[in-house]
Amino acid sequence: MAVDDEAQLDRAFAALADPVRRAMIARLSRGPATVNELAEPFPITKQAVSRHIQVLETAGLITRTRDGQRRPCHLVPAALEALTSWIDEYRLETERRFRRMDALLKSVQEQEQ
Amino acid sequence: MSDTVINTPAGTPFVEVTREFDATPSQLFRILSDRDLVTQWLGPRDLDATVEQYDVRLGGTYRYIHRDDNGEYAFRGVFHTVDPDKLIIQTFEWEGAPGEVCLEKMSLEPTEKGVRLHQQSVFPSVESRDQYVGHGMEYGIRDSMDRLAELIAKEG
Repeated sequence: MAVDDEAQLDRAFAALADPVRRAMIARLSRGPATVNELAEPFPITKQAVSRHIQVLETAGLITRTRDGQRRPCHLVPAALEALTSWIDEYRLETERRFRRMDALLKSVQEQEQ
Repeated sequence: MSDTVINTPAGTPFVEVTREFDATPSQLFRILSDRDLVTQWLGPRDLDATVEQYDVRLGGTYRYIHRDDNGEYAFRGVFHTVDPDKLIIQTFEWEGAPGEVCLEKMSLEPTEKGVRLHQQSVFPSVESRDQYVGHGMEYGIRDSMDRLAELIAKEG
């Protein structure tokens, strides 16, 4: 693994070591969210939330876009996939297998019609 | 995100996988039991897979081989229980580790959306479970990622 990749992985793991940031990533896995929306479940200040978001952004796990006055946060699926593939090839292989089964079920259903 | 839930509780020889499919139980059972269909989903993406035998009935056997640049990996087992559209119980063994036989139970349950596949595996030891699942990383990282995956699974 290249040194840059290693450094990026270190940042990503450090970012995910915190329960608030893990919960934010989990929330973003359902779709983009604003800082206020991300802050809602936590009894912490907006400044603290902004700091967490900055850590996730530096780690390359999320990006922010501009939508008028809003600056929603988005999950970077590729970053998370790189992380999980390094960690857990089994999980990925299982999911790939299930996706092949999804495709096969679709063709079985088309034949039945 | 994936809606697959994989549980590998630390210190146990268990692997539990749950996944819902947009299909009927009989359609899912068909692709789990028809040899030609099994051939199409069984092998890892970048490996060549040959299903030599796949006889899903009480006492039937199966054997399949994955090949890559480094060699061949053969797997075999026996079907212990076959209840069409509902349940398959089978043994599973990688021939590279003879005697390390795993017991697998696959249940199919109808849901509102389709069908839920629930797969429970029991390995002969925690070590063989960990080897199979391929966790090579430090425990702390695994633990935090498991919690993340659980959270994502819960949210998703």
